[in-house]
Amino acid sequence: MQPPRPGAEIDGFRLGECVHVGSMASIYRLEGSRGPLPLVMKIPRLGAGERSANVVSFEQCRMVLGALAQSPHHPTLVAYGDVETTPYLVMEHVQGARLDEWLKRAPLAPQEVARIGHALAIALHEIHRQDVIHLDIKATNVIVRPSGAATLIDFGLSCHRHLPDLLAAEFHSPVGNWVYMAPEQTAGERSDPRSDLFALGALLYELATGRRPFGAPTTVAQLRRRLYREAPPPRSVAPATPPWLQEVILRCLEVDPGERYSSAAQIAFDLANPAQVALTERAERRARAGVAKTAGRWFRARNYLPSPPPAPATAITPLPVIVVALAGDDTSEPLFEALRAATRRRLVADGDCRVACITVVRPAAALADDTPTGRHIKQLVSLRRWAKPLALPEERVTYHVLESEKAVAALLDYATVNEVEEILLGPGREAAELVTQAPCTVTVVRAAGPG
Amino acid sequence: MAVLELVQAYAARGAIVVLGNHDAAALGRAVPGLNSQALVAIAWTRQRLPQRQVAFLEALPASVREDDRVFVHASAAVPERWTYVSGARQATLSMEAARAAIVFCGHVHEQRLYFMGEGRLATPFRPVPGTPIPTSRHRRWLAIVGSAGQPRDRNTAACYALADLARERITFFRVPYDFEAAAQKIRIAGLPERLARRLERGV
Repeated sequence: MQPPRPGAEIDGFRLGECVHVGSMASIYRLEGSRGPLPLVMKIPRLGAGERSANVVSFEQCRMVLGALAQSPHHPTLVAYGDVETTPYLVMEHVQGARLDEWLKRAPLAPQEVARIGHALAIALHEIHRQDVIHLDIKATNVIVRPSGAATLIDFGLSCHRHLPDLLAAEFHSPVGNWVYMAPEQTAGERSDPRSDLFALGALLYELATGRRPFGAPTTVAQLRRRLYREAPPPRSVAPATPPWLQEVILRCLEVDPGERYSSAAQIAFDLANPAQVALTERAERRARAGVAKTAGRWFRARNYLPSPPPAPATAITPLPVIVVALAGDDTSEPLFEALRAATRRRLVADGDCRVACITVVRPAAALADDTPTGRHIKQLVSLRRWAKPLALPEERVTYHVLESEKAVAALLDYATVNEVEEILLGPGREAAELVTQAPCTVTVVRAAGPG
Repeated sequence: MAVLELVQAYAARGAIVVLGNHDAAALGRAVPGLNSQALVAIAWTRQRLPQRQVAFLEALPASVREDDRVFVHASAAVPERWTYVSGARQATLSMEAARAAIVFCGHVHEQRLYFMGEGRLATPFRPVPGTPIPTSRHRRWLAIVGSAGQPRDRNTAACYALADLARERITFFRVPYDFEAAAQKIRIAGLPERLARRLERGV
């Protein structure tokens, strides 16, 4: 089948310029599209001589995109044609620059890596929340919009955990990009969202160092090497990499999905709060594991079976973060204790949840009587003092001194961006405002009365 | 039988109705594999079936073809052998015999959707209630819509499915019903206690 020419009309859509010709499909801009979005038509290469996998991939893409609720993090599916007669997908033409533009400039500054990684993690969390796993995360499948938001494209290898996986039975060798592919994908596992987190880590590695963590394998044996041979620590390749970024990247690249982050939202959180990343031995690693350790891993990898993926949607925690908002100076010890008690109850109910202790202070410029850093430290000390009796492990608690004229607006913003599940705070005017405006549960805690 | 009155009313309005193994047994036909409680219930039913309902059941086809769709209680391979489509192999045989884009069946009580890919055998999928699944016509599908009368997955809610032919998709559903009243009726009728308990526990 010859690819159609610009100017041709398909089901009432007039084709414009061809913007992409790939091995799987061609993409055309659509002219004179009504509606609010600029549109493109993706036409798969089908017919004699083309791989039948293209058909299945087209079907899968149509099914998954059709099931996704509209969001800026993936293209919106507008129309589609019959697989047999006129296969095509009409989708939003996502405006922006492809991530490979950044890759060309790698190694990038750690802040830029974190910014892109944060946007990408937010996008991944959005699709994971909807039970979709992309499974082909690579630079050419990410578009960064002018707003800075990341959009994932090409869902041809993706999997929706509430829909049949048409691709599962189709391939014999691991499909996807071998540079970024997670170890469990090499064994055919297609239902673990943490596979996308591995690919994200591999991409961040390349952005931060300019090198690929596992090279560019061309055989399955080379591909499987990542099961036992570690990537060189980013700091050994690009010494400017800060420990927190190495920690995030190497945690994403763990062979066992259970050792990685449990959700993309947690990566987004860490990349947005580098100072709060809980550093482990990974952060300090200077060289990859030695011969003996690698040999031991190789031995075990011979019988590698991926660990079972987590249960769908319901089990993907939308970043379990609770906020405890503490007013600066005028909070009494009984209220502090009541907030601790409420926090403890919450921690018992959700063993994974993270506590963000927040206090909002007015911007430094508005106050002349104190130096900003001194004030900041004083607030941090009082936040830590509040949290100390909870005896939380370091990675479960973070402290934030937010500078804002409006405490309510600052808390709302924090709760929205970090997908907070619940805010705990003492009574007052702020509490009343938060209760009506917050995107999450707000619990107003009162100190126990006298007697 | 109140349930048959309802089914007859639907049939009068054009519904497709196919014969099931318990229907065949109630008509006195030889049906292998029924357990003792089922036999008690069937004997009970036979005594109470009015002649016009017997005639209705007698006239039911074992399978119905409509365009590229086939409706059958068990396997389309040999409908009145009452084979359980309990795996990829049976599903594949049923789909091959049906030569249809989609086969709708029951007999097995749990909801399943099988589809054919490149491989020789169909792939099973456990549908998520309420999630529409695109079922394009160029591929072969087999939908086990689940049991309305006796769900067996520890969920007491009845099963059904809706196929949207124009949009080529199928949605499986679970709907709660008054299973306690149904169990009570079984006890009042003096039928085996286990039949009542199954409804209450969804097993």
